[in-house]
Amino acid sequence: MGMTITQKILAAHAGLDKVVPGQLIEANLDLVLGNDITTPVAVNEFRKTGFNKVFDTKKVAIVPDHFTPNKDIKAAEQCKLIREFSYEMDIENYFEIGEMGIEHCLIPEKGLAVPGDLIIGADSHTCTYGALGAFATGIGSTDMAAGMATGKAWFKVPPAIKFNLKGKLQGWVSGKDVILHIIGMIGVDGALYKSMEFVGEGLSSLSMDDRFTMANMAIEAGAKNGIFLVDDKTIEYVKEHSNREYKVYSPDADAVYEKEYEIDLSKIRPTVAFPHLPDNTRTIDESGDVNIDQVVIGSCTNGRISDIRVAAKILKGRKVKKGIRCLVFPGTQKIYLQSLEEGLVKDIVEAGAVFSTPTCGPCLGGHMGILAKGERAVSTTNRNFVGRMGHTESEVYLASPAVAAASAITGKITDPDKI
Amino acid sequence: MENIAPDLRRKTMKAKGKVFKYNDNVDTDVIIPARHLNTSDPKELAVHCMEDIDKDFVKKVQPGDIIVANRNFGCGSSREHAPIAIKASGISCVIATSFARIFYRNSVNIGLPILECEEAVKGIEAGDEVEVDFDTGTITNITKGKTFKAQPFPEFMQRIIKAEGLMNYISEK
Repeated sequence: MGMTITQKILAAHAGLDKVVPGQLIEANLDLVLGNDITTPVAVNEFRKTGFNKVFDTKKVAIVPDHFTPNKDIKAAEQCKLIREFSYEMDIENYFEIGEMGIEHCLIPEKGLAVPGDLIIGADSHTCTYGALGAFATGIGSTDMAAGMATGKAWFKVPPAIKFNLKGKLQGWVSGKDVILHIIGMIGVDGALYKSMEFVGEGLSSLSMDDRFTMANMAIEAGAKNGIFLVDDKTIEYVKEHSNREYKVYSPDADAVYEKEYEIDLSKIRPTVAFPHLPDNTRTIDESGDVNIDQVVIGSCTNGRISDIRVAAKILKGRKVKKGIRCLVFPGTQKIYLQSLEEGLVKDIVEAGAVFSTPTCGPCLGGHMGILAKGERAVSTTNRNFVGRMGHTESEVYLASPAVAAASAITGKITDPDKI
Repeated sequence: MENIAPDLRRKTMKAKGKVFKYNDNVDTDVIIPARHLNTSDPKELAVHCMEDIDKDFVKKVQPGDIIVANRNFGCGSSREHAPIAIKASGISCVIATSFARIFYRNSVNIGLPILECEEAVKGIEAGDEVEVDFDTGTITNITKGKTFKAQPFPEFMQRIIKAEGLMNYISEK
């Protein structure tokens, strides 16, 4: 029985020739990641157990991105705690405000994730780096503490689901629509404990930014990880961003998949996830008239340069409808600067939208865009759970940057082709 | 909070209490909303446990009580604050048809006992008195006089639980 991409990476990092689904292994880690919410708990566990150094000062990354710039005194104290820990431990990849970004936009950009890596992060969207052909998965603070101390973590080898992509995306349709379509099809626990592996000739039409968005939301189907077959686009991205050695793994011809789906990219329509689960999807054609109060464009799901470009292209020369708040959050300082240089910020601000410093704030109802009782948002983020962006009686509709920007102009959920 | 839970990393591997029952896909945002994540103090987190799904939970919960839920309990964010809040609120055990994987790991790592048992979930209602024996995986619905058998933890995870959490396990090694 052959191995999947994920199983091969896990085997290599456990020093084994072969692994099978269900097998418990201990594997070496290439990167351990944390943010300002999860790292304080990890630091306490780390210190409580008496560790006084991290396993490798180059292989730990700490990114204060959730409640930053500090939203209140308690958040400031948490950031102070992880800043002091990072300095004390000589952690090279601690990214302060001014050099940081939303962690899952920042880590690939800084070249800290490359094909073949095994990465754990105390943030559920760590699965984003699967876009690069790395095994990356979210864990909690105690696993982060143990990973920082030992450079190892335990895993149960997952079975896998194969998504064979064919065709090409049409019009405004993006990776966000593809992953919402898939989650709608298999459900929020459709890939529970499993890998989602994306392969097929359709891959070549997906940009790296599309792939980051798709891998990012694998967790929204319950998956352990989402991973893409490495191709020329991946290698080009990696060479541009990293000097690290990488290793490309492909699935064996006789690799076993629990299920296989064929996805025709050319047939996917702009897709919206209605409250209160990411699998509650409808195509834009089925969405009806849904009036909104706020639009959020950004996050670890859709805060990359191509997302900002799409938003700017739609907003340019138009106006955000009176009474609607439109907030745009680039993923990193580099994306911010690029948006400035390309004139995108001008287009966005002239349309009446806000262009913010990178932060996770609004996505999780932290700060910088909380919803009041009864309010509705169209958001390019990843979760629309009850109370996710504010009041428990507010609503979040998940969509692509194109749908979100078009909706900002009309004040209701809108097909970008119809403005 | 009147009663903060006793440390569940205890010698007797049993739990007994009244049941709070929930449906599918209880996410970590409703278990502990992000607006309270500017602290990691278990006592502070416990005050807001289940706030966005069940406002009465913290008023009613007693040490030893048990949460029973359907599929995919603990989905969403990786925040360990979720099992920490549940444990600190006094809950002695969570029984579900299935758990989201990060929540499952986190619970094992911090010593919150959790069990997957679909039959038990079907056979237990809110308010029932339930006893759980972790050594045998036996779940008894005292109110209804029914017994169920959950899958015991794999041996590797039992070692983590016996070491009173992952950090103790790795430091002992």
